[in-house]
Amino acid sequence: MTERFTSRGFFGKRRDAGTDRADRIPPGQYLTDGFPVLSAGPTPQIPLETWEFTIDGLVAEPMRWSWEQFQSLPSRDWTVDISCVTKWTKLDTRWHGVSVDDLLAAVEIDPRAGFLTAQSYGGYTTNLPLTDVVNNQAFVAWQYDGAPLEPPHGGPARLVVPHLYFWKSAKWVRGLRLMEKDQPGFWESLGYHIRGDPWREERYSGD
Amino acid sequence: MDDPLMLDANAVAGDLAEMFGFDVSGSVHRCTNCGNQGAVATLLAYVHGPGTVLRCCICHEIVMRWVRTPARIYLDARGAAYMEMGLS
Amino acid sequence: MPEPLAWQIATVTGVRPESAEVKSFTLALPAWRPHRAGQHYDVRLTAEDGYQAQRSYSIGSPPSQTGEVEVTIERIPDGEVSPYFHDVLRVGDQVEVRGPIGGYFVWEPALGGPLLLVAGGSGVVPLMAMLRERSAAGDDTPTALLYSSRTLDDVIYREEIDALAVAKDGVGAFQTLTRSQPPDWTGYARRIDREMLSEVLASIGPQPLAYICGPTLLVEAAANGLVELGVPPARVRTERFGPTT
Repeated sequence: MTERFTSRGFFGKRRDAGTDRADRIPPGQYLTDGFPVLSAGPTPQIPLETWEFTIDGLVAEPMRWSWEQFQSLPSRDWTVDISCVTKWTKLDTRWHGVSVDDLLAAVEIDPRAGFLTAQSYGGYTTNLPLTDVVNNQAFVAWQYDGAPLEPPHGGPARLVVPHLYFWKSAKWVRGLRLMEKDQPGFWESLGYHIRGDPWREERYSGD
Repeated sequence: MDDPLMLDANAVAGDLAEMFGFDVSGSVHRCTNCGNQGAVATLLAYVHGPGTVLRCCICHEIVMRWVRTPARIYLDARGAAYMEMGLS
Repeated sequence: MPEPLAWQIATVTGVRPESAEVKSFTLALPAWRPHRAGQHYDVRLTAEDGYQAQRSYSIGSPPSQTGEVEVTIERIPDGEVSPYFHDVLRVGDQVEVRGPIGGYFVWEPALGGPLLLVAGGSGVVPLMAMLRERSAAGDDTPTALLYSSRTLDDVIYREEIDALAVAKDGVGAFQTLTRSQPPDWTGYARRIDREMLSEVLASIGPQPLAYICGPTLLVEAAANGLVELGVPPARVRTERFGPTT
């Protein structure tokens, strides 16, 4: 067996979960206090006057909201744990936004639609089964920790799907496209798992 | 564009060398999107994410991106119309 | 084709403070090979449970210093790797490295000049390797260094840079302190701007090979400034450090 080199005294920035919260940390994850900013490109700057959210694809009629219209949808506070595939987990994050259930209720979904692709300003995409975003499992948030969501963290609004790895929680979301087939998004098409359940450590394709 | 998260691809020259077998940071590439030609090192690198993304310094479109898993590297280099590497 | 890179285990043979938050570490390498001034080594730390963190650090020593390299690292307060170097690593410890790497941000006398080196903070490290190599080779390319720091206490290689100003072997050393200056300060006292660049350019000639290294925002400003002043973009090479950790 080859001996792997280890750096004496190196632990990294990880925090111990403590026994009372250890069961909230998915396997292979560590706790963080901060909120790391992860990015694949420049932070989009979208003026609220031009911001739109669209649901299209396999629906009878696409639905589009302006920022003002979106804000007047029924919304609520959400407190959730989030896990990034880069191994950090953050507990009890607080958001405010609208449930994806309420967004989907505004359209008539074709029965063939089993999946959706979330699309973002800047070109990012991620794919999800419909079953993973209904029943209050997902929301579109425009506030984090009581304040407007900042652009580096996905503002004006981002998708949040807390039960899956956080790459599924598309920043700068601009819409959901209902699809018949599961279409791998930006990271799913480059080696990441098609679904991404942190409790089954579904990080990479083939996991 | 002054995004503080952005580095030059020179910073990932080691990761590129792991894929190509030698240092390609000085190699010339051509951006598929805008046609700009320049050293790979001049690409703008986004490294703080599930993978690494290199963008054209002129048009900012993606030239290369890759993901490392424990066992594999997945490379998408469609944004590079070509790369020119010297022998010897 | 050049040889492939491999990770090797280096031994720390020296630690030297350079400024309040900056230290230089001398690493003896079992598989050392000569680098080019401006190149860097990748460093990888591995915890007992397999967790890894990796960063790149520019080589400050010239290639004429054989068998070992010196990397100069600023301690970033909430960083992951730099605090390990500053707070934990001791002479005799080992660290995993890969390199030398980076064929683009390099200078050697054969590339000619005039030579303009613009640095912000620890961005001065690869540029110092270039200056040290120039000196070791007895080269006389007209050169100017413009180095931006927050305060005098943050200036790295201070004595060496002061010596450059006095030596009169063709290197002009210009400094700016952006946050506070000592009472007898005769250098610049503001962020790098076009006017400053123009004055520094005037000391060496209009079409230099320019190397800019430091925090991303400083690099952007300096690169744009030089291009506006007529330096061809192809002669401006940058190394952005980003919000380093």
